Amino acid sequence: MSTKIGKYTLRLDTSPSIIGSAAIGGKKEGEGPIGKMFDLVNYDALFGQKSWELAESEMQRQAAQKVLDKCSLSPGDIQYLFAGDLLNQIVASHYGLRELGIPFFGLYGACSTMAESLILSSMMIEGELAKKVMAITSSHFCSAERQFRFPLEYGGQRAPTSQWTATAAGACIVAENSQPPYVKAVTVGCIEDKDIKDLNNMGAAMAPAASTTIKRYFQDTLTGPDNYDLILTGDLAQVGSDLLAELLLREDYDIKKKHADCGLILYDRGTQDVEAGGSGCGCAAGVLCSYIIPAIREGKIKDMLFVATGALMSPVSVQQGQNIPGIAHLLHLSSTPNPTTQQGGNA
Amino acid sequence: METVTNQSYDQMVKKASPPSKSARNISMAFLVGGAICTLGHALIRLYMSMGVPEETAFPAASITLVFLSALFTGLNIYDKLAKWGGAGTLVPITGFANAITAPALEFKSEGYIMGLGAKMFIIAGPVIVYGIAAGVVYGVILYLFQLY
Amino acid sequence: MELFWEYAKAFLVGGAICAVGQVLIDFTKLTPARILVIFVVLGVVLGALKIYQPLVDWAGGGASIPLTGWGSTIAKGTRDAVAEKGIFGALSGGLTGSAAGVAAAIFFGFLSAVAFKPKAKEE
Repeated sequence: MSTKIGKYTLRLDTSPSIIGSAAIGGKKEGEGPIGKMFDLVNYDALFGQKSWELAESEMQRQAAQKVLDKCSLSPGDIQYLFAGDLLNQIVASHYGLRELGIPFFGLYGACSTMAESLILSSMMIEGELAKKVMAITSSHFCSAERQFRFPLEYGGQRAPTSQWTATAAGACIVAENSQPPYVKAVTVGCIEDKDIKDLNNMGAAMAPAASTTIKRYFQDTLTGPDNYDLILTGDLAQVGSDLLAELLLREDYDIKKKHADCGLILYDRGTQDVEAGGSGCGCAAGVLCSYIIPAIREGKIKDMLFVATGALMSPVSVQQGQNIPGIAHLLHLSSTPNPTTQQGGNA
Repeated sequence: METVTNQSYDQMVKKASPPSKSARNISMAFLVGGAICTLGHALIRLYMSMGVPEETAFPAASITLVFLSALFTGLNIYDKLAKWGGAGTLVPITGFANAITAPALEFKSEGYIMGLGAKMFIIAGPVIVYGIAAGVVYGVILYLFQLY
Repeated sequence: MELFWEYAKAFLVGGAICAVGQVLIDFTKLTPARILVIFVVLGVVLGALKIYQPLVDWAGGGASIPLTGWGSTIAKGTRDAVAEKGIFGALSGGLTGSAAGVAAAIFFGFLSAVAFKPKAKEE
């Protein structure tokens, strides 16, 4: 069973395994630096559907199907499904996954949803409440743009601090301890508000949450950046990454050499015109499911922290002049399980 | 625990955020905006040379530009131009037409009435509201003080 | 040469008005929609003060094509209508004066929306 360490961190003593992952991307993501690692790149932004919202649903459906195929499982083998996306009332998940017939939990964690769904899935396995659980999330540039910003055909300039919502979906299946990557510990984040109001600077809104969650994890586990190969944040992009490094340096944690951000991995900022970098649920999910999980499985990455961040606003709250609070959830992913598993097993 | 206050974080954010490339943006706005207006002027001259009276040639030129803007918006050209032109494509009447056409086209997926018809004004609506309201206020002042 | 100067005036005045808009975008927190509202209301005010018409006479399209020019047509329409119909003209004049731009934008916008399909942005 899990052990509470410190105030915020939960060690998952059975070390649940991520037994499979799949990532689906759009054209721009496919042309990016890790484009070749996606399981499927769809060059039609509509995914053969009638609307951007249905396109995102179809992308989630494809991601779920792909991960099931890769693990040689059928929907009936999965006991619970944790899913979410950025659209109002998370319709992309609802419409995309309705045909699977898997008991369903809908989540909203903005762009932190991949970490949120993975944490809940791992807890389910750790608590022996299920044998196999799926975590899935997505974002689509076009559906997000028209909901949060402007119609696609509207002529406007993007601020240099703004981020590009990824068209991508990622899905993982979590099961009992069997193979790397193992989920060794999780830290659930609190909602953090540092008075940021600029809709075009999400990285700045989310960096304080990432900093707090990472700091709490280090304090709880008595570890530091040197204990990990990689500290991977979800979608802070360039502005948020710089701020995170500075915030943590003030706490005497120098993460510069270990830190990477999915928003900076997914696109080439030099040639792909994404301003500060990528964002969206699909950004963290796509990078994790295509590039990171296989790298841990092959032993290229041994111990890492996956910290997906979300900006918790809505178009209404922004128009009413409210702040943009952020959140960050953390998972310690590793190529080796927690020692207790080897000693005591599941007895 | 909290060593960084909201105020000091605000300073950090300002330092970390790259500024807009204003010199480039403003020159591009000047060039693109100037070019659109020059095209408008050429249209006015063209219509007047065809014998159209001046008070009709001016609105006719505006209408022609509005037509071109609606067309280029539909062809996905206007937003690409706006990426470079900035306010140069926003401030001329073509920007107004783009602000009407873009949501109409984008929200067609929600139907012709509540989608295209209603959402057409989500960006440009305020321009009409405050323009007309200012005109009525002006008219009432004119009437009350018999200034006309 | 005279023709060149005439077009140069249109270019310079139109470009300058747009450059002011860009300064507002880059150096203030104003959103594009707010900037458009400011330009139109400013056009109405300048039109009402009879400052804008001389600029239109001087720069032609350079002053009539920016949204300030559209605002000035609201003022001009209102002035003419109040002179002709009294207080009712205060309500009808603005739209009459600016009708060409609004009706064209609505109608051509409608046609374009019906004719084309939304496409994804690549850049």
